[in-house]
Amino acid sequence: MLYRAADPATLRVVPLDALTLVYHRASGITHIVDAPVPEILAILAEGPRNVAGLLGVLVERFDLADPDPAALAVRLDELVGAGLVERTCAI
Amino acid sequence: MRHLTQLRIGPIGFRIGSHWRRPLAALDDLYRDYPAPHDGIADFNVHLFAARPWRRVLRPSVHIAGDFVIPDAAPLPLAQGLLAAEMGMNLQMALGLRRFLLLHASMVERNGRAVLMTGISGAGKSTLAALLMARGWRLMGDEFALIDCATGLAHAFPRLVSLKNEAVDVVAQALPGARFGPLLEGTPKGAIRHLVPDACAIAAMDVPAEPSLILFPRFGFEAAARPVLPSEAFVRLTQSSTNYVSLAERGFDALTRLVQSVPARAIDYPDAETAIAMVEALA
Repeated sequence: MLYRAADPATLRVVPLDALTLVYHRASGITHIVDAPVPEILAILAEGPRNVAGLLGVLVERFDLADPDPAALAVRLDELVGAGLVERTCAI
Repeated sequence: MRHLTQLRIGPIGFRIGSHWRRPLAALDDLYRDYPAPHDGIADFNVHLFAARPWRRVLRPSVHIAGDFVIPDAAPLPLAQGLLAAEMGMNLQMALGLRRFLLLHASMVERNGRAVLMTGISGAGKSTLAALLMARGWRLMGDEFALIDCATGLAHAFPRLVSLKNEAVDVVAQALPGARFGPLLEGTPKGAIRHLVPDACAIAAMDVPAEPSLILFPRFGFEAAARPVLPSEAFVRLTQSSTNYVSLAERGFDALTRLVQSVPARAIDYPDAETAIAMVEALA
């Protein structure tokens, strides 16, 4: 299973302080998110990745302390539910 | 409607119709120095009506409606008709306003800089705004702050200040020469008395101001102040806005700009005197 970020034209990402605002134009919903969600969205905006590939980039770029593929998969499902991330076919 | 009146508060014009003369006579008296709507065209209509013809005279009760309504809103006795008219105007603003980002906040201004005060009912928004007016601040409003989505400027909405319970006497002592409406006892929020904003507030109600400080006051605690991060201010202000969602991206832009450009503080206070000193020190 691959994941990719929603079309960048549908998102407004505004970092405030510890938290980041994400306005989703397609739904009109404002999401208030903590790390690593903005980082996940930035990586998935570069191109589709599976959980292992995404985790590898997060570890490499952000020195992730506790890399847990299961937790990341749950977080990705939440983002899919919110419309901020889309599942895409591996083929 | 048998009786009609029109008035403008800041940028918003109202046309109020009523089955009874009495509530409109009170409005006409207390708003006598306010202008008519621009070009005579109101933004919102308010209707004060009896649900049945005989209820105009027999235990008269005032139902509130208008362009925007809340189903099953409880009516008020005719003796509280002035309050019904004020609630009707507030209701139109809260449900129908699209020209500005509406924040449930009181607001005062000095030297072109506006201080917004927002919080839950009982936090002291109206009382603090009235007491600051007594100390020479321009009252911009005790209920709604209107943020222009294009410019970020705050526009005034200086309706009658709604003073409740203990605040009635506190403000009457601070403003002995001010005009007040009748004391309305036994309302859903206790005793209410309306204060007419001073001549400065009315004369300058079309003059917007740059927001310079956002305060989250809380009454009944030891004096304390702490900075509020933009993210917390954002969340609290979305909760205090009735039209953030309906404005969509315009509301998002206006609110992110506000919290990124204006510092915010939470202040706890045990009494009005302490609060006034805290506001004047921070502003």
